[in-house]
Amino acid sequence: MLDFRELLATAFDALTRNKTRTALAALGIVIGIGAVIGLISLGESSQQSVASQIESLGANLLTISPGSTRSSGGVRGGFGTATTLTTEDADAIEDASISSVEAVSPEYSSRYQVTTGENNTNTTVVGGRAMYADVHSITMSAGAFFTDRDVENSARAAVIGPQVASDLFGDTATGVGETIRINKVAFQVVGITTSKGGSGMQNQDDRIYIPLTTMQKQLAGVSYVSSIAVQVKEKANLISTENEIGYLLLERHDISDTTTADFSIISQQDIVGAATSVTGTLTALLAGIAGISLLVGGIGIMNIMLVTVIERTREIGLRKALGARRRTIIMQFLAESIILTFSGGIIGILLGYGISIIAAKFLDLPPTLSWSAVALAVGVSAGIGILFGWYPAQKAAKLAPIEALRYE
Amino acid sequence: MMIQTDRLTKVYDLGDVRTVALNAVTFSVEKGDFLAIMGPSGSGKSTLMHIIGALDTPTSGTYTLNGREVGKMNEDQLAEIRNREIGFVFQAYNLLPRTTAMKNVMLPMAYARIGRTERIDKAKKLLKRVGLGDRMEHTSNQLSGGQQQRVAIARALALDPAIILADEPTGNLATNQSDEIMGIFTELNTQGHTIVMITHEPAVAKYAKRVLLLRDGGIVSDTRA
Repeated sequence: MLDFRELLATAFDALTRNKTRTALAALGIVIGIGAVIGLISLGESSQQSVASQIESLGANLLTISPGSTRSSGGVRGGFGTATTLTTEDADAIEDASISSVEAVSPEYSSRYQVTTGENNTNTTVVGGRAMYADVHSITMSAGAFFTDRDVENSARAAVIGPQVASDLFGDTATGVGETIRINKVAFQVVGITTSKGGSGMQNQDDRIYIPLTTMQKQLAGVSYVSSIAVQVKEKANLISTENEIGYLLLERHDISDTTTADFSIISQQDIVGAATSVTGTLTALLAGIAGISLLVGGIGIMNIMLVTVIERTREIGLRKALGARRRTIIMQFLAESIILTFSGGIIGILLGYGISIIAAKFLDLPPTLSWSAVALAVGVSAGIGILFGWYPAQKAAKLAPIEALRYE
Repeated sequence: MMIQTDRLTKVYDLGDVRTVALNAVTFSVEKGDFLAIMGPSGSGKSTLMHIIGALDTPTSGTYTLNGREVGKMNEDQLAEIRNREIGFVFQAYNLLPRTTAMKNVMLPMAYARIGRTERIDKAKKLLKRVGLGDRMEHTSNQLSGGQQQRVAIARALALDPAIILADEPTGNLATNQSDEIMGIFTELNTQGHTIVMITHEPAVAKYAKRVLLLRDGGIVSDTRA
């Protein structure tokens, strides 16, 4: 056996003897590892982005939604069409003093036409209580959120998102003190929220918040709510709290069979899980395809190592004549293929990281380097070196010294 | 006795054809001897050299080198014998390509796991001894044939082997370089090294103290100068 330093030096000598070939063989691994790292990192950053967007709607939330209506003919209405959930339900949950409940927020939302003298927009208007801001992690960039007193008095106070401010007043920071008309009812703008991002129907910036009482009495003309958000103190208590609230509401609604419940409760974790599992599956699929290119790269390494063994038959014979054992020859060739795949792997990681940074920039995602993917790539590339270097190394080690010395 | 063989036989069985390359060859070489093995091609001298060099094992018979029975050793033991007990000098020099003279001489010592500083010291000493003190960092392709063979001799001496085994060491060299190499061998022999050399040139065989003539796998004559 050679000592480690000698082994590495010998392998480096051999690899630098034909630089172009070495570089091309390593390129297969570079591309394979780069693709795997790039795609996994990109997938992880999109998962993180989805998760953080959902988390930004409020931490540790349970959302109670009404169930569907059921007509006498058995025709089932859409999800959330029932009108069974009320502010009294919300108060009951609060009064039940469930120790893990932090806050209860009954809400009613609907889309309305909103106008000023010059501009108009169509947006989601949410009616809530003052604690809505805390429960949904809403912060203000200008003015203040409406107060409990506003809710008691059914005040016509409106807090608008920066998108609404931009649509109505041409600037994301302008509007406090102005009057807007929601469905022809005049409201005074009391505050503007800070931007949260998001897009489409989920755009948190394209919202107007008004007191729940004002919403129910003056805009919607209803007495029920469209959802109740419950903030739980500890993440660990989400499920137990979900169950407690569930039983409480079943009792209040006089339902004994849980399958016929006229409401449903989902936790933030469920939403995050559902949303991220989709991107997770996609990421795994893409990484799998990238993995195939890695496999092809590995076969390229094996191919080049086989050629090398044949080219160096005489050298192997000489080494054996000078006292190299089988193991020594195996180690020498394995060292070469491992160095080849390992260095390819390192460059591949850098390439993959570069790809994920550039792609994240274009897709407006936070750039992430998936460390688990890096660990995997380092392991896999070294593993490929061993796996695909083993057969050529065995072939080299099995050469009979006389035959190898004679080889021209 | 450095080398002792008893009815050494090698049979190549290639399916239909059975070739007897060596037929019960018995001879011995004492320490400090300089033996030339001669014979026409097909006489079995290469086969004999392979067995003496622990590159191959006999079909039957025994071969004892420096008191150890080599004929029945396994592959790793043979590798150790080649490493420690035999210094090879080949016709085609067989240096590692594009590798310095120093690294070539250090290679057998690396396989013997000798420390790096000791390897460097020994290799320098040996290269000076064969007259290449000024060419130690030259790579093999920067050296002439005669110089390459001198590196090979230095490499053969690296682990103070029991015998130096030379296979047509001057076969690729011009006469003047050939004389230089044979001069080195004679000098090494004078210093006490045991040398076994295969050659088909009578002029080269003259340097040896003793000539073994082979024909058809058997010894025809064994003459001492």
